[in-house]
Amino acid sequence: MDNFDFDQRNLDWYIDKVVQTLVFIGGVSAIIFIIGIFIFIAKEGLSFILDTIDFKEFFTSPYWEPADEYAPEYGILALIAGTASVTGLAMIVAIPFSLGAAIYIGEFATGKKREYMKVLVELLAAIPSVVWGFIGLTIMNPLIIKLFNVPVGLNVLNAGIILGLMAAPIMTSIAEDALKAVPDRYREAAEAMGATRWQVIYKVVLPAAKNGLLGAILLGVGRGFGETMAVLMATGHSINLPTSVFDSVRALTATIAAELGETAQGSDHYGALFTIGIFLFLITFLINLTADLVVRGVKKGR
Amino acid sequence: MFEATTLNKRNQRVQELFRILFLMMTILLIVPVIIILGTLISKGGSIISYDFLFTNPTEGMTAGGIFPALLGTIWLVMVALLISVPIGVAAAVYLSEYAGDNWFTRIINLAIINLAGVPSIVHALFGVGAFVMFFGFGTSILAASLTLAIMTLPVVIVSTRESLQAVPFAFREACWNMGATRWQTIRQVVLPNSISGILTGIILEVSRTTGETAPIMFTGAVFFTPFLPQSVFDQTMAMSLHLFVVATQVPGVPDALPYGVALVLIGMVLLMNSASIAFRMYLRGKKKW
Repeated sequence: MDNFDFDQRNLDWYIDKVVQTLVFIGGVSAIIFIIGIFIFIAKEGLSFILDTIDFKEFFTSPYWEPADEYAPEYGILALIAGTASVTGLAMIVAIPFSLGAAIYIGEFATGKKREYMKVLVELLAAIPSVVWGFIGLTIMNPLIIKLFNVPVGLNVLNAGIILGLMAAPIMTSIAEDALKAVPDRYREAAEAMGATRWQVIYKVVLPAAKNGLLGAILLGVGRGFGETMAVLMATGHSINLPTSVFDSVRALTATIAAELGETAQGSDHYGALFTIGIFLFLITFLINLTADLVVRGVKKGR
Repeated sequence: MFEATTLNKRNQRVQELFRILFLMMTILLIVPVIIILGTLISKGGSIISYDFLFTNPTEGMTAGGIFPALLGTIWLVMVALLISVPIGVAAAVYLSEYAGDNWFTRIINLAIINLAGVPSIVHALFGVGAFVMFFGFGTSILAASLTLAIMTLPVVIVSTRESLQAVPFAFREACWNMGATRWQTIRQVVLPNSISGILTGIILEVSRTTGETAPIMFTGAVFFTPFLPQSVFDQTMAMSLHLFVVATQVPGVPDALPYGVALVLIGMVLLMNSASIAFRMYLRGKKKW
Protein backbone atom coordinates (compact mmCIF):
# COMPACT_ATOMS: atom_id res chain seq x y z
CA MET A 1 0.00 0.00 0.00
CA ASP A 2 2.89 2.36 0.61
CA ASN A 3 3.46 3.04 -3.06
CA PHE A 4 -0.22 3.89 -3.72
CA ASP A 5 -0.27 6.73 -6.17
CA PHE A 6 -2.92 9.36 -5.44
CA ASP A 7 -1.95 11.24 -8.56
CA GLN A 8 -3.62 8.80 -10.93
CA ARG A 9 -3.41 10.38 -14.34
CA ASN A 10 -5.40 7.64 -16.00
CA LEU A 11 -7.75 7.87 -18.98
CA ASP A 12 -10.63 9.21 -16.87
CA TRP A 13 -8.45 12.02 -15.63
CA TYR A 14 -7.59 13.07 -19.17
CA ILE A 15 -11.21 12.80 -20.34
CA ASP A 16 -12.17 15.01 -17.42
CA LYS A 17 -9.65 17.65 -18.47
CA VAL A 18 -10.75 17.54 -22.10
CA VAL A 19 -14.40 17.96 -21.12
CA GLN A 20 -13.50 20.79 -18.80
CA THR A 21 -11.79 22.57 -21.67
CA LEU A 22 -14.71 21.94 -24.04
CA VAL A 23 -17.38 23.28 -21.70
CA PHE A 24 -15.15 26.23 -20.92
CA ILE A 25 -15.05 27.03 -24.64
CA GLY A 26 -18.85 26.78 -24.63
CA GLY A 27 -19.02 29.21 -21.74
CA VAL A 28 -16.65 31.66 -23.35
CA SER A 29 -18.51 31.42 -26.68
CA ALA A 30 -21.15 33.87 -25.44
CA ILE A 31 -18.43 36.48 -24.93
CA ILE A 32 -16.86 35.65 -28.29
CA PHE A 33 -20.19 36.00 -30.07
CA ILE A 34 -21.11 39.34 -28.52
CA ILE A 35 -17.66 40.74 -29.35
CA GLY A 36 -17.90 39.16 -32.80
CA ILE A 37 -21.24 40.86 -33.43
CA PHE A 38 -19.75 44.23 -32.56
CA ILE A 39 -16.60 43.68 -34.64
CA PHE A 40 -18.45 42.54 -37.75
CA ILE A 41 -21.04 45.32 -37.78
CA ALA A 42 -18.34 47.88 -36.91
CA LYS A 43 -16.18 46.57 -39.76
CA GLU A 44 -18.93 47.11 -42.32
CA GLY A 45 -19.83 50.52 -40.95
CA LEU A 46 -16.27 51.74 -40.43
CA SER A 47 -15.49 53.26 -43.82
CA PHE A 48 -18.77 55.16 -43.74
CA ILE A 49 -18.02 56.45 -40.25
CA LEU A 50 -14.49 57.49 -41.17
CA ASP A 51 -15.06 58.93 -44.65
CA THR A 52 -18.61 60.06 -45.15
CA ILE A 53 -20.31 60.69 -41.88
CA ASP A 54 -20.77 64.08 -40.31
CA PHE A 55 -21.78 63.12 -36.78
CA LYS A 56 -23.66 66.32 -36.15
CA GLU A 57 -25.68 65.91 -39.31
CA PHE A 58 -26.19 62.19 -38.76
CA PHE A 59 -27.86 62.68 -35.40
CA THR A 60 -29.57 66.04 -35.91
CA SER A 61 -30.81 66.04 -39.49
CA PRO A 62 -34.33 64.73 -40.03
CA TYR A 63 -33.61 63.99 -43.69
CA TRP A 64 -32.98 60.36 -44.55
CA GLU A 65 -32.59 60.20 -48.32
CA PRO A 66 -29.82 57.69 -48.91
CA ALA A 67 -31.08 56.73 -52.35
CA ASP A 68 -30.83 60.25 -53.76
CA GLU A 69 -28.37 60.05 -56.66
CA TYR A 70 -26.89 63.57 -56.40
CA ALA A 71 -27.18 64.64 -52.81
CA PRO A 72 -27.89 61.67 -50.54
CA GLU A 73 -28.72 62.69 -46.98
CA TYR A 74 -28.05 60.58 -43.93
CA GLY A 75 -29.92 62.05 -40.99
CA ILE A 76 -31.44 59.65 -38.51
CA LEU A 77 -33.23 62.15 -36.26
CA ALA A 78 -36.63 61.30 -37.72
CA LEU A 79 -35.89 57.59 -37.35
CA ILE A 80 -34.85 58.09 -33.72
CA ALA A 81 -38.04 60.07 -33.18
CA GLY A 82 -40.02 57.24 -34.76
CA THR A 83 -38.44 54.59 -32.57
CA ALA A 84 -38.72 56.76 -29.45
CA SER A 85 -42.36 57.69 -29.97
CA VAL A 86 -43.44 54.12 -30.63
CA THR A 87 -41.40 52.72 -27.73
CA GLY A 88 -42.64 55.51 -25.45
CA LEU A 89 -46.29 54.82 -26.23
CA ALA A 90 -45.68 51.08 -25.90
CA MET A 91 -44.29 51.62 -22.42
CA ILE A 92 -47.29 53.79 -21.43
CA VAL A 93 -49.42 50.79 -22.37
CA ALA A 94 -47.15 48.03 -21.08
CA ILE A 95 -45.80 49.36 -17.76
CA PRO A 96 -49.08 49.77 -15.83
CA PHE A 97 -50.62 46.63 -17.30
CA SER A 98 -47.61 44.39 -16.81
CA LEU A 99 -46.99 45.60 -13.25
CA GLY A 100 -50.71 45.29 -12.46
CA ALA A 101 -50.82 41.79 -13.91
CA ALA A 102 -47.62 40.81 -12.09
CA ILE A 103 -49.03 42.02 -8.77
CA TYR A 104 -52.29 40.20 -9.37
CA ILE A 105 -50.64 36.94 -10.41
CA GLY A 106 -47.90 37.12 -7.79
CA GLU A 107 -49.78 38.49 -4.78
CA PHE A 108 -53.53 38.01 -5.16
CA ALA A 109 -54.11 34.94 -7.31
CA THR A 110 -53.71 31.53 -5.73
CA GLY A 111 -53.51 27.88 -6.71
CA LYS A 112 -54.79 26.77 -10.10
CA LYS A 113 -55.90 30.23 -11.17
CA ARG A 114 -52.40 31.52 -10.72
CA GLU A 115 -50.92 28.61 -12.70
CA TYR A 116 -53.33 29.15 -15.59
CA MET A 117 -52.59 32.87 -15.71
CA LYS A 118 -48.86 32.28 -15.72
CA VAL A 119 -49.19 29.81 -18.58
CA LEU A 120 -51.34 32.25 -20.57
CA VAL A 121 -48.83 35.06 -20.08
CA GLU A 122 -46.04 32.74 -21.19
CA LEU A 123 -47.97 31.80 -24.34
CA LEU A 124 -48.60 35.47 -25.13
CA ALA A 125 -44.87 36.10 -24.99
CA ALA A 126 -44.36 33.39 -27.61
CA ILE A 127 -46.35 35.02 -30.43
CA PRO A 128 -43.81 35.89 -33.18
CA SER A 129 -43.27 39.54 -34.02
CA VAL A 130 -44.18 39.07 -37.68
CA VAL A 131 -47.60 37.84 -36.56
CA TRP A 132 -48.00 40.94 -34.37
CA GLY A 133 -47.07 43.07 -37.39
CA PHE A 134 -49.68 41.25 -39.44
CA ILE A 135 -52.26 41.96 -36.72
CA GLY A 136 -51.31 45.65 -36.81
CA LEU A 137 -51.77 45.63 -40.54
CA THR A 138 -55.04 43.75 -40.79
CA ILE A 139 -56.91 44.19 -37.50
CA MET A 140 -55.64 47.39 -35.85
CA ASN A 141 -55.37 49.42 -39.06
CA PRO A 142 -59.07 49.37 -40.05
CA LEU A 143 -60.05 49.63 -36.39
CA ILE A 144 -58.10 52.87 -35.89
CA ILE A 145 -59.39 54.34 -39.16
CA LYS A 146 -62.97 53.64 -38.08
CA LEU A 147 -62.65 54.67 -34.42
CA PHE A 148 -60.76 57.92 -34.86
CA ASN A 149 -61.86 58.82 -38.37
CA VAL A 150 -58.30 59.24 -39.67
CA PRO A 151 -57.13 58.48 -43.23
CA VAL A 152 -54.32 56.08 -42.26
CA GLY A 153 -54.34 53.58 -39.42
CA LEU A 154 -50.69 52.63 -39.67
CA ASN A 155 -49.13 55.08 -37.23
CA VAL A 156 -47.56 55.63 -33.81
CA LEU A 157 -50.79 54.61 -32.07
CA ASN A 158 -51.05 51.31 -33.93
CA ALA A 159 -47.40 50.31 -33.51
CA GLY A 160 -47.33 51.57 -29.91
CA ILE A 161 -50.28 49.41 -28.87
CA ILE A 162 -48.95 46.38 -30.76
CA LEU A 163 -45.52 46.80 -29.22
CA GLY A 164 -47.04 47.36 -25.78
CA LEU A 165 -49.01 44.13 -26.05
CA MET A 166 -45.84 42.35 -27.22
CA ALA A 167 -43.64 43.64 -24.43
CA ALA A 168 -46.17 43.30 -21.61
CA PRO A 169 -46.05 39.50 -21.17
CA ILE A 170 -42.26 39.43 -20.87
CA MET A 171 -42.30 42.36 -18.47
CA THR A 172 -45.03 40.63 -16.47
CA SER A 173 -42.93 37.47 -16.13
CA ILE A 174 -39.82 39.33 -15.02
CA ALA A 175 -41.76 41.60 -12.65
CA GLU A 176 -43.50 38.59 -11.14
CA ASP A 177 -40.09 36.96 -10.56
CA ALA A 178 -38.98 40.14 -8.80
CA LEU A 179 -42.04 40.02 -6.52
CA LYS A 180 -41.44 36.34 -5.83
CA ALA A 181 -37.86 37.13 -4.80
CA VAL A 182 -39.19 39.11 -1.83
CA PRO A 183 -38.98 36.70 1.14
CA ASP A 184 -42.31 35.53 2.58
CA ARG A 185 -41.26 36.45 6.08
CA TYR A 186 -41.51 40.14 5.08
CA ARG A 187 -45.15 39.60 4.17
CA GLU A 188 -45.82 37.51 7.26
CA ALA A 189 -44.35 40.16 9.54
CA ALA A 190 -46.54 42.85 8.02
CA GLU A 191 -49.65 40.65 8.09
CA ALA A 192 -49.01 39.81 11.75
CA MET A 193 -49.25 43.51 12.49
CA GLY A 194 -52.73 43.61 10.99
CA ALA A 195 -51.94 44.98 7.56
CA THR A 196 -54.34 44.16 4.72
CA ARG A 197 -53.05 42.42 1.61
CA TRP A 198 -52.90 45.72 -0.26
CA GLN A 199 -51.02 47.41 2.58
CA VAL A 200 -48.53 44.57 2.57
CA ILE A 201 -48.01 44.94 -1.17
CA TYR A 202 -47.86 48.71 -1.17
CA LYS A 203 -45.71 49.25 1.93
CA VAL A 204 -43.56 46.13 2.00
CA VAL A 205 -43.44 44.08 -1.21
CA LEU A 206 -43.20 46.86 -3.79
CA PRO A 207 -40.42 48.80 -2.00
CA ALA A 208 -38.49 45.55 -1.52
CA ALA A 209 -38.92 44.54 -5.16
CA LYS A 210 -38.29 48.04 -6.50
CA ASN A 211 -35.04 47.30 -8.32
CA GLY A 212 -36.29 44.09 -9.87
CA LEU A 213 -39.36 45.89 -11.18
CA LEU A 214 -37.19 48.65 -12.59
CA GLY A 215 -35.10 45.96 -14.29
CA ALA A 216 -38.27 44.52 -15.84
CA ILE A 217 -39.22 47.95 -17.20
CA LEU A 218 -35.74 48.52 -18.63
CA LEU A 219 -35.77 45.15 -20.38
CA GLY A 220 -39.18 46.07 -21.81
CA VAL A 221 -37.75 49.34 -23.14
CA GLY A 222 -34.82 47.47 -24.70
CA ARG A 223 -37.24 45.03 -26.25
CA GLY A 224 -39.39 47.79 -27.74
CA PHE A 225 -36.35 49.61 -29.01
CA GLY A 226 -35.03 46.60 -30.88
CA GLU A 227 -38.30 45.22 -32.23
CA THR A 228 -38.18 45.04 -36.00
CA MET A 229 -40.90 43.22 -37.94
CA ALA A 230 -43.94 44.45 -35.99
CA VAL A 231 -42.70 48.02 -36.17
CA LEU A 232 -41.90 47.70 -39.86
CA MET A 233 -45.43 46.58 -40.64
CA ALA A 234 -47.49 48.72 -38.24
CA THR A 235 -45.87 52.18 -38.26
CA GLY A 236 -46.67 53.08 -41.86
CA HIS A 237 -42.94 53.34 -42.54
CA SER A 238 -42.85 56.98 -43.63
CA ILE A 239 -40.20 59.41 -42.47
CA ASN A 240 -41.74 61.91 -40.09
CA LEU A 241 -41.06 63.86 -36.94
CA PRO A 242 -44.34 62.84 -35.29
CA THR A 243 -46.53 65.55 -33.79
CA SER A 244 -49.44 63.32 -32.86
CA VAL A 245 -50.09 59.62 -32.34
CA PHE A 246 -51.86 59.54 -35.70
CA ASP A 247 -48.69 60.34 -37.65
CA SER A 248 -46.96 57.58 -39.54
CA VAL A 249 -43.32 57.16 -38.59
CA ARG A 250 -40.34 55.01 -39.43
CA ALA A 251 -38.17 53.21 -36.89
CA LEU A 252 -34.40 52.66 -36.89
CA THR A 253 -34.72 48.89 -36.98
CA ALA A 254 -37.37 48.93 -39.70
CA THR A 255 -35.18 51.12 -41.90
CA ILE A 256 -32.42 48.50 -41.87
CA ALA A 257 -34.90 45.71 -42.55
CA ALA A 258 -36.49 47.53 -45.45
CA GLU A 259 -33.38 48.85 -47.15
CA LEU A 260 -30.55 46.39 -46.60
CA GLY A 261 -31.77 44.16 -49.41
CA GLU A 262 -31.54 46.88 -52.04
CA THR A 263 -28.11 48.36 -51.26
CA ALA A 264 -24.79 47.41 -52.82
CA GLN A 265 -22.18 46.10 -50.44
CA GLY A 266 -19.61 48.79 -49.64
CA SER A 267 -21.78 51.70 -50.75
CA ASP A 268 -22.40 54.68 -48.46
CA HIS A 269 -26.02 53.65 -48.01
CA TYR A 270 -24.89 50.18 -46.94
CA GLY A 271 -22.39 51.69 -44.50
CA ALA A 272 -25.05 54.03 -43.13
CA LEU A 273 -27.35 51.10 -42.38
CA PHE A 274 -24.57 49.30 -40.51
CA THR A 275 -23.83 52.54 -38.62
CA ILE A 276 -27.46 52.54 -37.47
CA GLY A 277 -26.81 48.94 -36.42
CA ILE A 278 -23.83 50.02 -34.32
CA PHE A 279 -25.96 52.71 -32.73
CA LEU A 280 -28.71 50.19 -31.92
CA PHE A 281 -26.17 47.73 -30.54
CA LEU A 282 -24.61 50.34 -28.24
CA ILE A 283 -27.97 51.63 -26.97
CA THR A 284 -29.35 48.17 -26.20
CA PHE A 285 -26.03 47.19 -24.63
CA LEU A 286 -26.31 50.20 -22.35
CA ILE A 287 -29.93 49.43 -21.45
CA ASN A 288 -29.10 45.79 -20.66
CA LEU A 289 -26.04 46.74 -18.65
CA THR A 290 -28.07 49.23 -16.61
CA ALA A 291 -30.84 46.67 -16.05
CA ASP A 292 -28.26 44.14 -14.89
CA LEU A 293 -26.62 46.59 -12.49
CA VAL A 294 -29.98 47.71 -11.11
CA VAL A 295 -31.17 44.15 -10.51
CA ARG A 296 -27.83 43.14 -9.04
CA GLY A 297 -28.10 46.05 -6.63
CA VAL A 298 -31.04 44.30 -4.96
CA LYS A 299 -29.24 41.04 -4.55
CA LYS A 300 -26.29 42.69 -2.87
CA GLY A 301 -28.56 44.45 -0.41
CA ARG A 302 -30.03 41.20 0.85
CA MET B 1 -64.24 41.97 20.94
CA PHE B 2 -62.82 41.64 17.42
CA GLU B 3 -65.30 43.92 15.75
CA ALA B 4 -64.02 45.65 12.66
CA THR B 5 -63.48 49.37 13.10
CA THR B 6 -64.36 51.87 10.40
CA LEU B 7 -60.68 52.07 9.53
CA ASN B 8 -60.48 48.30 9.14
CA LYS B 9 -63.47 48.33 6.86
CA ARG B 10 -62.03 51.14 4.78
CA ASN B 11 -58.75 49.28 4.44
CA GLN B 12 -60.62 46.18 3.37
CA ARG B 13 -62.47 48.14 0.73
CA VAL B 14 -59.23 49.66 -0.58
CA GLN B 15 -57.73 46.18 -0.82
CA GLU B 16 -60.76 44.88 -2.69
CA LEU B 17 -60.60 47.85 -5.04
CA PHE B 18 -56.98 47.21 -5.94
CA ARG B 19 -57.52 43.47 -6.27
CA ILE B 20 -60.25 44.09 -8.83
CA LEU B 21 -58.20 46.76 -10.61
CA PHE B 22 -55.24 44.43 -11.05
CA LEU B 23 -57.48 41.56 -12.09
CA MET B 24 -58.99 43.79 -14.78
CA MET B 25 -55.50 44.71 -15.98
CA THR B 26 -54.51 41.05 -16.24
CA ILE B 27 -57.69 40.26 -18.13
CA LEU B 28 -57.24 43.24 -20.45
CA LEU B 29 -53.79 41.94 -21.27
CA ILE B 30 -55.12 38.54 -22.24
CA VAL B 31 -58.41 39.42 -23.94
CA PRO B 32 -56.97 41.15 -27.05
CA VAL B 33 -54.93 38.07 -27.79
CA ILE B 34 -57.97 35.83 -27.59
CA ILE B 35 -59.78 38.20 -29.97
CA ILE B 36 -56.79 38.09 -32.31
CA LEU B 37 -56.61 34.31 -32.26
CA GLY B 38 -60.33 34.16 -32.91
CA THR B 39 -59.99 36.48 -35.91
CA LEU B 40 -57.10 34.48 -37.34
CA ILE B 41 -59.04 31.26 -37.01
CA SER B 42 -62.29 32.64 -38.43
CA LYS B 43 -60.62 34.32 -41.43
CA GLY B 44 -57.84 31.84 -42.14
CA GLY B 45 -59.24 28.57 -40.89
CA SER B 46 -61.20 27.87 -44.06
CA ILE B 47 -58.15 27.92 -46.33
CA ILE B 48 -56.15 25.39 -44.37
CA SER B 49 -56.28 21.99 -45.96
CA TYR B 50 -53.96 19.16 -46.91
CA ASP B 51 -53.31 20.89 -50.25
CA PHE B 52 -52.56 24.23 -48.58
CA LEU B 53 -49.89 22.63 -46.41
CA PHE B 54 -48.35 20.34 -49.01
CA THR B 55 -48.36 22.10 -52.37
CA ASN B 56 -46.29 24.90 -53.89
CA PRO B 57 -47.53 28.47 -54.14
CA THR B 58 -48.84 29.24 -57.63
CA GLU B 59 -49.75 32.28 -59.71
CA GLY B 60 -47.16 34.62 -58.19
CA MET B 61 -47.90 33.43 -54.65
CA THR B 62 -51.55 34.50 -54.84
CA ALA B 63 -52.77 30.93 -54.82
CA GLY B 64 -51.65 27.43 -53.96
CA GLY B 65 -49.99 26.22 -50.79
CA ILE B 66 -47.10 26.91 -48.48
CA PHE B 67 -45.10 23.69 -48.65
CA PRO B 68 -41.67 25.21 -49.57
CA ALA B 69 -41.96 27.70 -46.71
CA LEU B 70 -42.97 24.99 -44.26
CA LEU B 71 -40.11 22.73 -45.32
CA GLY B 72 -37.67 25.66 -45.31
CA THR B 73 -38.57 26.57 -41.75
CA ILE B 74 -37.97 22.96 -40.68
CA TRP B 75 -34.53 23.04 -42.35
CA LEU B 76 -33.61 26.36 -40.74
CA VAL B 77 -34.74 25.27 -37.28
CA MET B 78 -33.03 21.88 -37.43
CA VAL B 79 -29.68 23.24 -38.59
CA ALA B 80 -29.88 26.03 -35.99
CA LEU B 81 -30.56 23.41 -33.30
CA LEU B 82 -27.58 21.29 -34.37
CA ILE B 83 -25.38 24.34 -33.82
CA SER B 84 -26.88 25.95 -30.74
CA VAL B 85 -27.72 22.92 -28.59
CA PRO B 86 -24.16 21.56 -28.19
CA ILE B 87 -22.72 25.04 -27.58
CA GLY B 88 -25.56 26.06 -25.31
CA VAL B 89 -25.50 22.90 -23.21
CA ALA B 90 -21.70 23.11 -22.89
CA ALA B 91 -21.96 26.71 -21.78
CA ALA B 92 -24.66 25.82 -19.25
CA VAL B 93 -22.60 22.91 -17.90
CA TYR B 94 -19.64 25.23 -17.50
CA LEU B 95 -21.68 27.91 -15.74
CA SER B 96 -23.49 25.48 -13.47
CA GLU B 97 -20.76 22.94 -12.68
CA TYR B 98 -17.39 24.63 -13.12
CA ALA B 99 -17.63 28.42 -12.99
CA GLY B 100 -16.85 30.16 -9.73
CA ASP B 101 -18.61 33.24 -8.43
CA ASN B 102 -16.16 35.73 -9.89
CA TRP B 103 -15.82 38.60 -12.37
CA PHE B 104 -15.24 36.27 -15.30
CA THR B 105 -18.55 34.47 -14.72
CA ARG B 106 -20.22 37.85 -14.42
CA ILE B 107 -18.89 38.87 -17.81
CA ILE B 108 -20.18 35.64 -19.36
CA ASN B 109 -23.60 36.29 -17.81
CA LEU B 110 -23.58 39.83 -19.09
CA ALA B 111 -22.68 38.56 -22.58
CA ILE B 112 -25.60 36.12 -22.45
CA ILE B 113 -28.01 38.85 -21.39
CA ASN B 114 -26.78 41.05 -24.20
CA LEU B 115 -26.94 38.28 -26.77
CA ALA B 116 -30.62 37.99 -25.87
CA GLY B 117 -31.11 41.75 -25.82
CA VAL B 118 -29.41 42.80 -29.05
CA PRO B 119 -32.13 43.67 -31.61
CA SER B 120 -32.88 40.89 -34.07
CA ILE B 121 -32.05 43.14 -37.00
CA VAL B 122 -28.56 43.71 -35.57
CA HIS B 123 -28.14 39.92 -35.47
CA ALA B 124 -29.15 40.02 -39.13
CA LEU B 125 -26.44 42.60 -39.89
CA PHE B 126 -23.95 40.39 -38.08
CA GLY B 127 -25.10 37.38 -40.09
CA VAL B 128 -24.64 39.30 -43.34
CA GLY B 129 -21.22 40.65 -42.35
CA ALA B 130 -19.87 37.45 -40.86
CA PHE B 131 -21.48 34.37 -42.40
CA VAL B 132 -22.79 35.55 -45.76
CA MET B 133 -19.68 37.55 -46.70
CA PHE B 134 -16.66 37.00 -44.46
CA PHE B 135 -16.98 33.22 -44.23
CA GLY B 136 -18.38 33.11 -47.75
CA PHE B 137 -21.44 30.94 -47.11
CA GLY B 138 -23.54 33.29 -49.25
CA THR B 139 -27.24 33.61 -48.59
CA SER B 140 -27.83 30.04 -47.52
CA ILE B 141 -29.56 27.93 -44.92
CA LEU B 142 -26.20 27.59 -43.19
CA ALA B 143 -25.70 31.35 -42.82
CA ALA B 144 -29.30 31.91 -41.70
CA SER B 145 -29.20 29.02 -39.22
CA LEU B 146 -25.90 30.19 -37.74
CA THR B 147 -27.44 33.63 -37.21
CA LEU B 148 -30.54 32.10 -35.64
CA ALA B 149 -28.44 29.77 -33.49
CA ILE B 150 -26.40 32.60 -32.00
CA MET B 151 -29.49 34.67 -31.45
CA THR B 152 -31.38 31.93 -29.58
CA LEU B 153 -28.32 30.60 -27.73
CA PRO B 154 -29.34 32.41 -24.50
CA VAL B 155 -32.64 30.47 -24.44
CA VAL B 156 -30.77 27.14 -24.37
CA ILE B 157 -28.12 28.32 -21.92
CA VAL B 158 -30.52 29.82 -19.41
CA SER B 159 -33.04 26.96 -19.40
CA THR B 160 -30.33 24.26 -19.30
CA ARG B 161 -28.48 26.00 -16.49
CA GLU B 162 -31.71 26.18 -14.51
CA SER B 163 -32.37 22.46 -14.91
CA LEU B 164 -28.78 21.58 -13.99
CA GLN B 165 -28.92 23.72 -10.89
CA ALA B 166 -32.19 22.11 -9.86
CA VAL B 167 -30.28 18.87 -9.25
CA PRO B 168 -29.47 18.89 -5.50
CA PHE B 169 -25.83 19.50 -4.67
CA ALA B 170 -25.81 16.46 -2.37
CA PHE B 171 -26.19 14.21 -5.44
CA ARG B 172 -22.89 15.51 -6.77
CA GLU B 173 -21.14 15.22 -3.40
CA ALA B 174 -22.28 11.62 -3.05
CA CYS B 175 -20.83 10.84 -6.45
CA TRP B 176 -17.53 12.62 -5.80
CA ASN B 177 -17.15 10.72 -2.58
CA MET B 178 -17.20 7.50 -4.58
CA GLY B 179 -14.10 8.74 -6.38
CA ALA B 180 -15.81 9.84 -9.58
CA THR B 181 -14.29 12.65 -11.62
CA ARG B 182 -16.27 15.79 -12.31
CA TRP B 183 -17.22 14.64 -15.81
CA GLN B 184 -18.28 11.21 -14.60
CA THR B 185 -20.49 12.94 -12.05
CA ILE B 186 -21.99 15.23 -14.67
CA ARG B 187 -22.58 12.44 -17.19
CA GLN B 188 -23.96 9.82 -14.83
CA VAL B 189 -25.73 11.89 -12.18
CA VAL B 190 -26.34 15.51 -13.16
CA LEU B 191 -27.35 15.12 -16.82
CA PRO B 192 -29.66 12.08 -16.36
CA ASN B 193 -31.45 13.95 -13.58
CA SER B 194 -31.92 17.09 -15.65
CA ILE B 195 -32.31 15.81 -19.20
CA SER B 196 -36.07 16.38 -19.32
CA GLY B 197 -35.65 19.96 -18.16
CA ILE B 198 -33.06 20.50 -20.87
CA LEU B 199 -35.44 19.08 -23.49
CA THR B 200 -38.14 21.48 -22.31
CA GLY B 201 -35.76 24.36 -22.97
CA ILE B 202 -34.89 23.02 -26.41
CA ILE B 203 -38.57 22.84 -27.40
CA LEU B 204 -38.84 26.48 -26.30
CA GLU B 205 -35.89 27.34 -28.50
CA VAL B 206 -37.46 25.59 -31.49
CA SER B 207 -40.53 27.71 -30.99
CA ARG B 208 -38.51 30.94 -30.80
CA THR B 209 -36.49 30.04 -33.88
CA THR B 210 -39.62 29.21 -35.89
CA GLY B 211 -41.07 32.67 -35.46
CA GLU B 212 -37.98 34.79 -36.11
CA THR B 213 -38.05 36.80 -39.31
CA ALA B 214 -35.56 39.66 -39.32
CA PRO B 215 -32.41 37.53 -38.79
CA ILE B 216 -33.13 35.31 -41.80
CA MET B 217 -34.33 38.00 -44.24
CA PHE B 218 -30.89 38.74 -45.64
CA THR B 219 -28.94 35.67 -44.62
CA GLY B 220 -30.73 32.75 -46.22
CA ALA B 221 -34.48 33.09 -46.59
CA VAL B 222 -35.85 34.45 -49.85
CA PHE B 223 -39.26 35.73 -50.92
CA PHE B 224 -39.75 32.98 -53.45
CA THR B 225 -37.82 30.08 -54.90
CA PRO B 226 -39.27 27.32 -57.02
CA PHE B 227 -36.76 24.83 -55.65
CA LEU B 228 -36.89 22.92 -52.42
CA PRO B 229 -33.62 23.08 -50.47
CA GLN B 230 -31.27 20.17 -51.17
CA SER B 231 -28.38 21.11 -48.87
CA VAL B 232 -27.43 23.69 -46.27
CA PHE B 233 -25.86 25.84 -48.99
CA ASP B 234 -29.21 26.43 -50.73
CA GLN B 235 -31.53 29.36 -50.21
CA THR B 236 -34.98 28.63 -48.95
CA MET B 237 -38.39 30.07 -48.25
CA ALA B 238 -39.55 30.28 -44.62
CA MET B 239 -42.94 30.53 -42.91
CA SER B 240 -42.26 33.76 -41.03
CA LEU B 241 -40.86 35.58 -44.04
CA HIS B 242 -43.61 34.14 -46.23
CA LEU B 243 -46.21 35.77 -43.96
CA PHE B 244 -44.42 39.11 -44.31
CA VAL B 245 -44.25 38.68 -48.09
CA VAL B 246 -47.86 37.71 -48.72
CA ALA B 247 -49.08 40.36 -46.26
CA THR B 248 -47.09 43.29 -47.63
CA GLN B 249 -45.16 42.59 -50.82
CA VAL B 250 -47.47 40.74 -53.18
CA PRO B 251 -50.41 42.55 -54.79
CA GLY B 252 -53.68 40.77 -55.34
CA VAL B 253 -53.41 38.15 -52.63
CA PRO B 254 -56.85 36.83 -51.63
CA ASP B 255 -57.75 37.83 -48.07
CA ALA B 256 -57.76 34.37 -46.58
CA LEU B 257 -54.24 33.44 -47.72
CA PRO B 258 -52.14 35.59 -45.32
CA TYR B 259 -54.54 34.74 -42.47
CA GLY B 260 -53.98 31.08 -43.26
CA VAL B 261 -50.19 31.50 -43.24
CA ALA B 262 -50.37 33.44 -39.96
CA LEU B 263 -52.58 30.78 -38.45
CA VAL B 264 -50.23 27.93 -39.39
CA LEU B 265 -47.21 29.87 -38.07
CA ILE B 266 -48.83 30.84 -34.77
CA GLY B 267 -50.22 27.31 -34.49
CA MET B 268 -46.74 25.80 -34.79
CA VAL B 269 -45.31 28.21 -32.22
CA LEU B 270 -48.10 27.89 -29.67
CA LEU B 271 -48.22 24.11 -30.05
CA MET B 272 -44.53 23.79 -29.23
CA ASN B 273 -44.78 26.23 -26.35
CA SER B 274 -47.76 24.41 -24.90
CA ALA B 275 -45.91 21.12 -25.24
CA SER B 276 -42.94 22.62 -23.42
CA ILE B 277 -45.14 23.96 -20.62
CA ALA B 278 -47.12 20.72 -20.28
CA PHE B 279 -43.88 18.73 -20.19
CA ARG B 280 -42.52 21.01 -17.47
CA MET B 281 -45.63 20.65 -15.33
CA TYR B 282 -45.60 16.88 -15.72
CA LEU B 283 -41.97 16.84 -14.59
CA ARG B 284 -42.67 19.04 -11.61
CA GLY B 285 -45.34 16.59 -10.52
CA LYS B 286 -42.92 13.69 -10.84
CA LYS B 287 -39.99 15.25 -9.03
CA LYS B 288 -38.56 13.03 -6.32
CA TRP B 289 -36.69 15.61 -4.29
